[in-house]
Amino acid sequence: MRIAVASGKGGTGKTTVATSLALCLAADRTQTQPAPDPPLFLDCDVEAPNAHLFLKPTFERRQEVGLLIPRVDEARCTHCGKCAEVCQYHAIAVLGKKVLVFPQLCHGCGSCTLTCPEHAISEMPDVMGVLESSTADSGIHFARGVMNVGEPMATPVIRQLKKWAAPKPDQVVIVDAPPGTSCPVVESVRGADFLLLVTEPTPFGLHDLKLAVQVGRELNLPMGVVVNRDGIGDGGVDNFCETEGLPILMRIPFDRAIAEGIAQGQPLVDIHPEYRVQFQEMLMRIAKGVSGSAEQITSDESIPLFEATILDFKRKLTQGRNRKD
Amino acid sequence: MKQLVILSGKGGTGKTSLAAAFAHLACDGPMPLRAVLADADVDAANLELVLQPCSLEQHEFMGGSKAIIDPAKCEGCDICTQVCRFDAVISPRPNWARGAQGGEGYHVDPIACDGCAACVYQCPTQAIHMEPQLAGHWFRSESRYGPLFHAALRPAHENSGKLVTLVKQQARLLGLDEGYQVVIVDGPPGIGCPVISAASGADLAVIVAEPTAAGIHDMRRALETTAHFRVKSLVCINKADIYPAGAEQIDAYCREHDVEMVGRIPFDATVTEAMVHGEPVTAYRPAEPASQAVRDIWHRVAGHLNHRESKT
Repeated sequence: MRIAVASGKGGTGKTTVATSLALCLAADRTQTQPAPDPPLFLDCDVEAPNAHLFLKPTFERRQEVGLLIPRVDEARCTHCGKCAEVCQYHAIAVLGKKVLVFPQLCHGCGSCTLTCPEHAISEMPDVMGVLESSTADSGIHFARGVMNVGEPMATPVIRQLKKWAAPKPDQVVIVDAPPGTSCPVVESVRGADFLLLVTEPTPFGLHDLKLAVQVGRELNLPMGVVVNRDGIGDGGVDNFCETEGLPILMRIPFDRAIAEGIAQGQPLVDIHPEYRVQFQEMLMRIAKGVSGSAEQITSDESIPLFEATILDFKRKLTQGRNRKD
Repeated sequence: MKQLVILSGKGGTGKTSLAAAFAHLACDGPMPLRAVLADADVDAANLELVLQPCSLEQHEFMGGSKAIIDPAKCEGCDICTQVCRFDAVISPRPNWARGAQGGEGYHVDPIACDGCAACVYQCPTQAIHMEPQLAGHWFRSESRYGPLFHAALRPAHENSGKLVTLVKQQARLLGLDEGYQVVIVDGPPGIGCPVISAASGADLAVIVAEPTAAGIHDMRRALETTAHFRVKSLVCINKADIYPAGAEQIDAYCREHDVEMVGRIPFDATVTEAMVHGEPVTAYRPAEPASQAVRDIWHRVAGHLNHRESKT
């Protein structure tokens, strides 16, 4: 089962909820025999990753990630301009007798390589960030992506993180998604079985919750809501959830002790251990919700495997060429 | 004309509340500056919720195109599946494709499609074409405190960076035409493409930091990003008294990296109340501690903008 924790608005408490959810799963598993695998935690907020501050893993595995960007062999290039013609991102340009590649615009799609009639384009990995993983003291399998400063595209890092840290069968996966509603969020929550939306009961929280719900509907995911900082703001979020039939699975009241604890990097269930029961109940409701609509929801096998490694691509490339020839 | 951008790295630190207060203070405060406002958080645009402007214009924003396979022309050679690096082509064979989407022939998952068109060019039977997608809308509105440019990206669509650039361009054009002194840009969270678009060309960035473990971590990444693009940055701390040790860390970091600290806003429930009432906090409760702190911050920020104005 894969649970994605998301929100339209930033700073509503995604990481607070996701980390405590994972901690509860890790603690509970010892109570059943045989003990299931501890959960896998994926911090997909590669622009501003924070979950490690709460789960405190010591990273053991590390790998650079990026995209394959074109490199032009000037000796073979006839400056025909076909590469620039097919590139949808304006990442390659032919100016007279010179070919310019703009790595930050390149999406690594390989279209130019495939198109070049002289086979003058090869591809080089361009590093955009790192993937790191470890097992935290709590037993949680932790993996995150960190995008390099100055890089524009988070999505490829997230895509490769999901592939790199593939879960075992039956392992529960908690995905901590970035804020917003565009491509990085979609990439993070794609393939999830349940979308847990964390919001706050304010006009901003409500406005952005509505957008996040639209993302969930677009992806056809069952959803539930956590209302954080309950008690501030107004009743807009409650009314919206009621009209839309969105279950509110948990309420975390506004409490200065929580705010102070989170500020110091303490997980919610450490600040207030009594929340464990609530998290367990929420997990049970999510699991029921997921199995209740099993026809729509596929298992973890449904997660598309992205083939971004050089070897895989080269194999595909040659196959594609052979077929064409 | 100057460009001021408000950023944070971490979401929810108070960028929009500060931007709305700046809009109010630029209009009515002791250091007036004629300002055009731009909400560059097109994923989750909230500035209009506070400013409650009247809408003057609405325009469509076409985002990237998506591939469409014509089943009549498709001969099932499978080349599209092989060239697609985004695993967007769903082949008829039973694989990870979801049951709900499974048709008979080859088709493209529009959500996975990146719009690269590699399949279009490689298809031997010209069965694939690209179709532009409506990715959102952008608006020109008039707020109490000046013109506001904002946008709404359709949820689950891409190209937010391009839409940010468009919103900013429009704000800038109007500002230049009508002799405005500053564009106040309310930025998105993160450090990626929409942030780079929001910060590009800015004369000054204000980073709203939160004195929390996560807030400090992300403030550093935001400052590294503005430094990378050579945008001068100032830092202010919101909810400064929630974790005083964190505020000290931010101060120390700023001193060490030669970044000017322009003020601390205390935690104050009136900030949320103001949001619920659809007003900037400085207009809603001017005497509250948070409003006073924001006024001091604006004073320093406006001083920088004026100074940079007179230099150029």
